[in-house]
Amino acid sequence: MTTDATRASTLRDAVGLGVAVGLYGVAFGAAAVTAGLDPWQACALSLLMFTGASQFALVGVLGAGGGAVAAIGSALLLGTRNTVYGVRLVPLLRTRGAARRAAAAHWVIDETTALAVAAPDRELARLAFTAGGATIYLGWNVMTLVGALGADGLGGTAQAALDAVVPAAFLALLWPRLQRTWAEPAAQRRVALGGAVVALVLTPVVPAGVQVIAAVVAVVLAGRWRR
Amino acid sequence: MSTGTLWTVVLVASLGCYLLKLAGLSVPAAWVERPVVRRVVEFVPAALLGALVAVQAATSGPQLVVDERLAGLAVAALALALRAPFVVVLLLAGLTGAAVHWLV
Repeated sequence: MTTDATRASTLRDAVGLGVAVGLYGVAFGAAAVTAGLDPWQACALSLLMFTGASQFALVGVLGAGGGAVAAIGSALLLGTRNTVYGVRLVPLLRTRGAARRAAAAHWVIDETTALAVAAPDRELARLAFTAGGATIYLGWNVMTLVGALGADGLGGTAQAALDAVVPAAFLALLWPRLQRTWAEPAAQRRVALGGAVVALVLTPVVPAGVQVIAAVVAVVLAGRWRR
Repeated sequence: MSTGTLWTVVLVASLGCYLLKLAGLSVPAAWVERPVVRRVVEFVPAALLGALVAVQAATSGPQLVVDERLAGLAVAALALALRAPFVVVLLLAGLTGAAVHWLV
């Protein structure tokens, strides 16, 4: 039974998460401009791609001097997560009609899935998905613009600060997967470490950006062979 | 990379990511729930993020380098271990990077 109190609590969680994720948008906007995108391209990514890890991966590969295929490939590899989230969300959202489904799809990301799955019933799951999606979308896009404009024309020390933020942002995205609360954290740690080592070893010998994709392929193949 | 190429990368990757989201809401669950697909999707992010952390923190072009980014990353790891919120982690990494750059 949905009460006003549970509705209010669902909304509070959704909006709180939206504000926190929005702040993270500043880091993305700044990272994108540092990687050589203009502020409009940074904003287009947040408006149209709207999935943080893929966006960071794309600008990370471009910033490292990577080519178009490596950049797109990295973004798509991380985007496959959202396909799995969508499958989990179908019974909760029960979107009717192609137009509604097409609209809902744009907001299928880590945070909205977590909110919807954690909600106590189906009605609240839809509320959490919609309220969280709207808040995160608004916050993420506004703060991307702020970060992108703020990063234009920074001095050397501020640039060094930003350069240090980007790897820290990837580590923060990776961190929850390595903790005990995640399924198979030991395997996740091996995979993450394997990806890092393969990428570093390949860096001097392959074109920029390719080492990232190659690391993923190598680690996935190694995992499949072992089973 | 030219502005036109950059825009193409931005738009193609965005369309691809959107279609991946839409596919989840549209395809029969059985396609995605296959064990092999689930395994790969479960582990691809860790491999990719691990690779990106390493490349962003310790390489410059084709070279391996040690500079203020590694110091920032170490502080970020410490902050994450102490369960600091994301924003605090990023701020501390940035401050560390700036401080080391300024000192060295």
